[in-house]
Amino acid sequence: MTALAILNARLLDPATDYDGPGAVLIVDGVITEVIHGAHAQAPDGVEAVDAGGLCLAPGLIDIRVKTGEPGAEPKETLKSASLSAAAGGVTTIVVQPDTDPAIDDPAMIDHIQRRGAALNLVNVRAAGAATKGRDGQRMAEIGLMDEAGALYFTDGDHVIANTRTLQRVMSYAAAFNALIACRPADPWLSEGAVATSGELATRLGLSSVPAIAERIQLERDLALVEQTGARFLVDQISTEGALETLARARSKGLEVAASVSINHLCFNEIDIGDYRTFYRLDPPLRPESDRQALIEAVREGLIDAITSAHAPAPAEDKRRPFAEAAPGAIGLETLLPAALTLHHEDGLDLLDVLRPLTSGPAGLLGLDAGVLKAGAPADLVLFDPGAPVVIDAERLHSKSKNSPFDGRRLQGKVVGTWVGGARRK
Amino acid sequence: MTQPDVTDLIHERLEPFPRDHFLSAGDLNAATVPPLLDLADAFVDFNRQSAKSLDIMRGRTVMNLFFESSTRTSASFEIAAKRLGADVTALSPRTSSVTKGETLIDTAATLNAMKPDVLVVRHGASGAAALLSQKVGCAVVNAGDGRHEHPTQALLDLLSLRRAFGDVGGLTIAICGDIAHSRVARSNVALLSMMGARVRLIGPPTLVPGDADRWGCEVFHDMKDGLQGVDVVMMLRLQLERMEGALVPSTREYFRFWGLDREKLSWARPGAKVMHPGPMNRGVEIDSEVADDLTVSLIQDQVEMGVAARMAVLAALSARREGASA
Repeated sequence: MTALAILNARLLDPATDYDGPGAVLIVDGVITEVIHGAHAQAPDGVEAVDAGGLCLAPGLIDIRVKTGEPGAEPKETLKSASLSAAAGGVTTIVVQPDTDPAIDDPAMIDHIQRRGAALNLVNVRAAGAATKGRDGQRMAEIGLMDEAGALYFTDGDHVIANTRTLQRVMSYAAAFNALIACRPADPWLSEGAVATSGELATRLGLSSVPAIAERIQLERDLALVEQTGARFLVDQISTEGALETLARARSKGLEVAASVSINHLCFNEIDIGDYRTFYRLDPPLRPESDRQALIEAVREGLIDAITSAHAPAPAEDKRRPFAEAAPGAIGLETLLPAALTLHHEDGLDLLDVLRPLTSGPAGLLGLDAGVLKAGAPADLVLFDPGAPVVIDAERLHSKSKNSPFDGRRLQGKVVGTWVGGARRK
Repeated sequence: MTQPDVTDLIHERLEPFPRDHFLSAGDLNAATVPPLLDLADAFVDFNRQSAKSLDIMRGRTVMNLFFESSTRTSASFEIAAKRLGADVTALSPRTSSVTKGETLIDTAATLNAMKPDVLVVRHGASGAAALLSQKVGCAVVNAGDGRHEHPTQALLDLLSLRRAFGDVGGLTIAICGDIAHSRVARSNVALLSMMGARVRLIGPPTLVPGDADRWGCEVFHDMKDGLQGVDVVMMLRLQLERMEGALVPSTREYFRFWGLDREKLSWARPGAKVMHPGPMNRGVEIDSEVADDLTVSLIQDQVEMGVAARMAVLAALSARREGASA
């Protein structure tokens, strides 16, 4: 039996809405007791960690992490992604199926989970492809992957353009109560676009996609959800118009979850102004009004998950003219301090910031983590919310260094990460 | 039973078919089904004798018109007609060169001019048998039209069940698999419900019509839930073109969740019987271990009942025509 007590902490538990002094006792990787109040002592003979009044929260759960394993290991491996996660206080990562070959059968799900577990760093789980080879045509083995442990099903950045295919995927998945995630992006309006339509994109001379492309696709997806009864996640919502569509669907009683990427909460289209390719993202960065609407949605609890949208791209793919650069940004290791800008700059309560990073995704994916309570896995992050940090991309653990936060001054420093009670930072 | 006895019994039980044609299960009702099955029962006994020749349809012409390829159904009808003493012509017209509508009507007119007495038709288009019946002067038996109906299959299934259970009233029967594209399922739902059985439909949502619950059936997507307490498990054939990602991801996934094996069968009531209209995809919708277990499988019985049930239908239709012309 191995036991550990983390004492003298400020506990932040969005699941129970607790923000206050306390301690956590851990035995064999599982939380056995959560003590509220300032004066808990470690039982005799139990190793104690003095949190020094810093924040102790459930470890972060990042449901949208791309790696390059298998197929593009120079970009990122499960190991480098796991090291980044551990350094960033992220205790569970859900890798995306857009690998080569795609994660589209139960053997691949099993492979990723085994490889991840063997690293002994963080919990590595996988999303399965919704269609074989993410071709948007042939339904993948959703039932068998679900049994093998896939947490949800998505073609990632590929939009399933064929409505009949998506209808069948949703309808079929409903038999397993499996969660389907789709990017809301009209594929034809989005084709070739690297920016959001508007004055800025026009001035920069960049191909652009109108914001309504997101709403158009979302309307289709939600109509299919209504018809098929599928569990559905709107993957990376990014515009005010789409948020309104989502709110309207929910007010009609449709149960639909939504995620937002940290990048769209922290940056706006002005950031692409000097053609810095680290801000070339997919979906593209939006006007400030959209960013404000997204922050408001987080504040109101409309967003189930904030993701890092971790998308490693090596220098050779980013050191190109803006429109030719690979889209995406890394974000695992900077997720927590970046999210804390919502607290420091936008005035969100700490629990409201942490909820879509912990209990929100846990509830969505049916994980028993993301909560400070007896019986939950001891996946924890200890952090100093006010400590200033300057992000230096070269010092991040990811094999790719395409961080849009490079050089930024943020507040919030991860001091300790525990996964199943074992310290990983 | 000796031959004269059973032949007498057949003549005793032979009543005219209630309609001019047998196009769908709805051509029968709860009152007309039992005498037809009684007649079929007599034919079962008759067929088990070594001499199997009757003269009920002597001089009559039965045309087997199969636009879709078929082995067992066309053979079953052919044998049934021959044992009744009819002359049988089998035709398998190709449908590729001209549009199907034209072919069907042209063919109907041509064949009608040859004055057949019964036309047994299978066609890939729903409603084709009904269309033919309006264009010809003979009796039409629907041997399968698209995904619409296959009423003689339902009748033979009912005959098999009645012989195994005595009465289908009160039985719970699960029809499993590709309900959406199955004419067998549609005919069976209609006929079994008519006779008082409770019918459940089980299959992946992509293969069960969304409004199937309005057929008066309970719909399940999970075999474990659906098979709970059923007396009969009727498996349907999964057409290969529906697999590989279009409606079902793969045959292995289909077998894992909807293929009938010992474990899934154990969820049904002890002593439950297994049926399949054939031909089977072993290892896809049914495990050989179950299909070949004669203590649970009625699959071979179904084939035998097929000939008897079709003899009953052909004989009854013939009797109606005789009555009409007399």
